[in-house]
Amino acid sequence: MNTCINKIREIASKLLENGEVEKVIGFANGTIPMATSPVVINSKQDVDKLVFNSTCGLNLANYVRNQKGKVAVIAKGCDSRNIVTHIVENQVKRDQIHIIGVPCTGMINKKKIEALFGDDIIEFTEDGDTLNVKSSTREETLNKKEYLRDNCTLCMHRNPVVYDDLAGDLVQEQTLENPYPDVDRIEAMDADAKWQHFQELTQNCIRCYACRNACPLCYCPTCFVDESGPQWVGKGQNKTDVDTFHFLRAFHCAGRCTDCGACVEACPMDINVRDFTRKLNKDSFEMFGWEAGLDITKRPPLDVYSPGDPNAFIK
Amino acid sequence: MKFITIDKKDWAKGIEKSRETYRLFGPVKEKNGFLIKSLDNDMLPDMEYHDSVLSAKSVLFPQSEKMMTTSLDESRDGHHIMNRADADYSPRAVIGLRPFDAKAIQLVKLNFDTKEYRDPYWCDAYEATTFVGLGINKPGFYDFSTSAGSGPFNEEGLDVLLADMDDTYLAKVLTDKGQAYMDACGFKTQADAKESQALIDVLKKEAQKNIVSRIHTDKLKEKTTLELHEAPFWDDIAFSCINCGTCTYVCPTCWCFDIQDETKQKTTSRFKNWDTCMSPLFTLHTTGHNPRDTKTQRVRQRFMHKLKYFVDKYDQGTMCVGCGRCVKSCPVNIDIREVCNLMNAYEKQE
Repeated sequence: MNTCINKIREIASKLLENGEVEKVIGFANGTIPMATSPVVINSKQDVDKLVFNSTCGLNLANYVRNQKGKVAVIAKGCDSRNIVTHIVENQVKRDQIHIIGVPCTGMINKKKIEALFGDDIIEFTEDGDTLNVKSSTREETLNKKEYLRDNCTLCMHRNPVVYDDLAGDLVQEQTLENPYPDVDRIEAMDADAKWQHFQELTQNCIRCYACRNACPLCYCPTCFVDESGPQWVGKGQNKTDVDTFHFLRAFHCAGRCTDCGACVEACPMDINVRDFTRKLNKDSFEMFGWEAGLDITKRPPLDVYSPGDPNAFIK
Repeated sequence: MKFITIDKKDWAKGIEKSRETYRLFGPVKEKNGFLIKSLDNDMLPDMEYHDSVLSAKSVLFPQSEKMMTTSLDESRDGHHIMNRADADYSPRAVIGLRPFDAKAIQLVKLNFDTKEYRDPYWCDAYEATTFVGLGINKPGFYDFSTSAGSGPFNEEGLDVLLADMDDTYLAKVLTDKGQAYMDACGFKTQADAKESQALIDVLKKEAQKNIVSRIHTDKLKEKTTLELHEAPFWDDIAFSCINCGTCTYVCPTCWCFDIQDETKQKTTSRFKNWDTCMSPLFTLHTTGHNPRDTKTQRVRQRFMHKLKYFVDKYDQGTMCVGCGRCVKSCPVNIDIREVCNLMNAYEKQE
């Protein structure tokens, strides 16, 4: 996957040189280990700033709205699905966006890697499936496959679903006997245990809204938690208000979430926000055979009437 | 200056004893990392802790704080008249505070305790608190405090500075408040002042050597505010920003708050909540006009406040103590060290 960067730069350079796009949105190297930062490139001279590796965990579909002129964007499988969702939801037009697809072998779970060390990580490099991680006291060589983010281990769409250029060979998609083991675990709990699980999950939420703001689905001009007339929820640390935010946000993503993991990636408090959205993904899949962002011609299941709807009340 | 030696075997007993007169706060390991929290009766501060995700500012400035309250029941005396809410201002102590967090509290004090205005909630909490710091023998990778007006053994804002000497803590008692806390713990084995200071100096020197990351702030004061404001780099810095509140909430010096009234049945309470200048709501007027409508304006505001307006207004250095928390936690890796160095080096091109 990390070899595709030359191809990405070559494509970006050509697009900018020919004036096919005005800018290219991608990732640049971060200032700290295991970090990359979304970046916009306007000229051919700057394409060397672009990088692509296993730390590019944010979703670049979040950066393509409200851009003037045509833009190119680097898209992993999940980013491409969110671009599809954007097109379906009229956030961008297909012809305004040039998708440089990147077949993905998964992004790393930074918190899991950090947890192996008692001190800060000072250096991180990768070579294929091998990760070399160094702290000030020791060094570890890790197998990337064992340190993928949870959403990446359960991903069945690693290849971009729509693209104009491809920056690498398509990768083998994973086949999973059960794509929702995490949801099953929570479903198996009794009501009290389930409630307890979610109470503990959001216990340290500081309402910074990094999860919401990193999410390509959360583009409402004013989020319901920010409305002041009427004000739907309190803005303090009252647990009911904190939970109301998480519950409602998850429901608003029902049938739209691609499980890209940007919410978890962004959370400074290491809250697995996906515990909320995953159940709705599973329901969408089981009830409507639906996975978000696979088809530009189809509207999400909660947005259409279908004679085949499993609910009796709608027939 | 007085120094006290504390055998680590006596540590827990002493801390327990201090609970007779003090409420305790300190580092606690949670699932998500270390936090500075109120310590329940069976909890001791985790003195082996790695840097906490959030700073210690919440001890004096909780994320949500009830300021005032009133009854809306017209049959009651004094209904609809807000009165200060009950709060516990009995003595409290923060144990194991990072020196840069203590320095940060002194910077926050410049805002909450001025000649004209005194925030009673913050000031009463401040007066009730004894700050027991722990020198950082092994500073973390993100620490750049030595170039931000603090350092791993900085004493500013502390009542006691503890130095971890393996089997013992060496306590440098800096104020009467600090002495009172040592007395409450029953720690009284006095150590030789000259010798103790020398021991601390060795640790300090070693720790400072380990901090390789730094910011340059020497030219910020002489820069023209408008030129920095109009500098060409803000759009680039802001591009990746998702406008979450992470940087401001993890920051030990970000002091902005919002006031909210909440009513439940016949009781109304007025709350003070952390606010964040990264949010478009921060400056949204009731007219609908927003003077900081774009994310570039908001990102610029955060850095200009910390690294220019504050510098000019108070002449006490930057409003950044170099804890590195925002650098570590920012979801898109916007790095205040880079921004600071850009600002410091900026020369307007004619």
